[in-house]
Amino acid sequence: MTKNSLILVCFFLAVITCVINGCQGQQEIKKAQFFTNGQSLYSAKCENCHGAKGEGLGNLYPPLTDTAFVRSIRHELACIVKHGLHKELIVDNRTFDTEMPANPALTDQEIAYILTYVGNAFGNELGLIDTEEVSVHLKNCAAKNSARSIDR
Amino acid sequence: MKKYVSFAISLMLWACAQEEQKRLPILGEREAVTKEVNGKSITDTIYQTIPSFTFINQDSMAVTSKDFDNSIYVADFFFTSCPSICPTMSKNLLKVLNKYQGNSEVKILSHSIDSKYDTPWVLKRYADKLGVEGNQWQFVHGSQQDIYTMADKYMVYAKEDAEAPGGFEHQGWFILIDKEKRIRGAYDGTNDDQVAQLMRDMDILLSEYSNDKK
Repeated sequence: MTKNSLILVCFFLAVITCVINGCQGQQEIKKAQFFTNGQSLYSAKCENCHGAKGEGLGNLYPPLTDTAFVRSIRHELACIVKHGLHKELIVDNRTFDTEMPANPALTDQEIAYILTYVGNAFGNELGLIDTEEVSVHLKNCAAKNSARSIDR
Repeated sequence: MKKYVSFAISLMLWACAQEEQKRLPILGEREAVTKEVNGKSITDTIYQTIPSFTFINQDSMAVTSKDFDNSIYVADFFFTSCPSICPTMSKNLLKVLNKYQGNSEVKILSHSIDSKYDTPWVLKRYADKLGVEGNQWQFVHGSQQDIYTMADKYMVYAKEDAEAPGGFEHQGWFILIDKEKRIRGAYDGTNDDQVAQLMRDMDILLSEYSNDKK
């Protein structure tokens, strides 16, 4: 390999690294934006029950600090926020059955803000949950949710 | 210089003494009543008081105003399915309960404004889940009219309203009542600073009684 081609390879590697870093940087910025917007929505819509530190309230309202649980239902979070929840949950080794009210007025983007906040606060590390992910999850829960209400 | 220091110290001591003697205001309506006593006319002030009541609590037992005769208490109006301010109010009343746990001179009285849904059984489940035991904090059920009439007496607004979140429009006040059933303070039950003020005022009110006994 000539000296020149070696320099060329190094240059390309450098460019690729920069592009990847740049993307990650953008992703980080977007996550920070979603997190901040989500924080104010959380305090308006969620904090009354789930607490400023996601601690919940007694055995009435579940905490959001059970990181393994939150991670395990990532694909259901959007549906729960939008349509509420009428079934029993075991969180933090405790059973919760208080009905969660629906928030039908929230847009997909607002839900993405809230979930990015909850997903990266209180010890959770879910990374960015963007509007596209929320929209996909919401399409899949429509049928399930009507079944849920029939169950009751 | 020495003179200034001793003056400052005595001023501080005086200020502390004033603090100890502090009394809470008496709120609500009042009227002056003039009576003839031993041939002399004496003017007395009649303060607004909470009238007697009977409700059913979370254990399906009757709770009456007599049960509160020898204690100061905090009253509020809420409902168990309330999605807005009530959880914060309950969390803050838990702080009050924890501070005065076991003190027979302190009670809490939460009125449900949703008489259809909040039966004693539902109130019991709510209290259990909140972690409330014993009878220091009473959750009471009554007819809609009785509860709303009572809310007026505590000067708290509460009405059924289909437009409001959860179906009821109400205020999140914590009302502090003394042993004579007079209103001694009103605090925003959703505001941490005001709840802290409530607990400071409860200490003042309790000390009014212990000072009067001396």
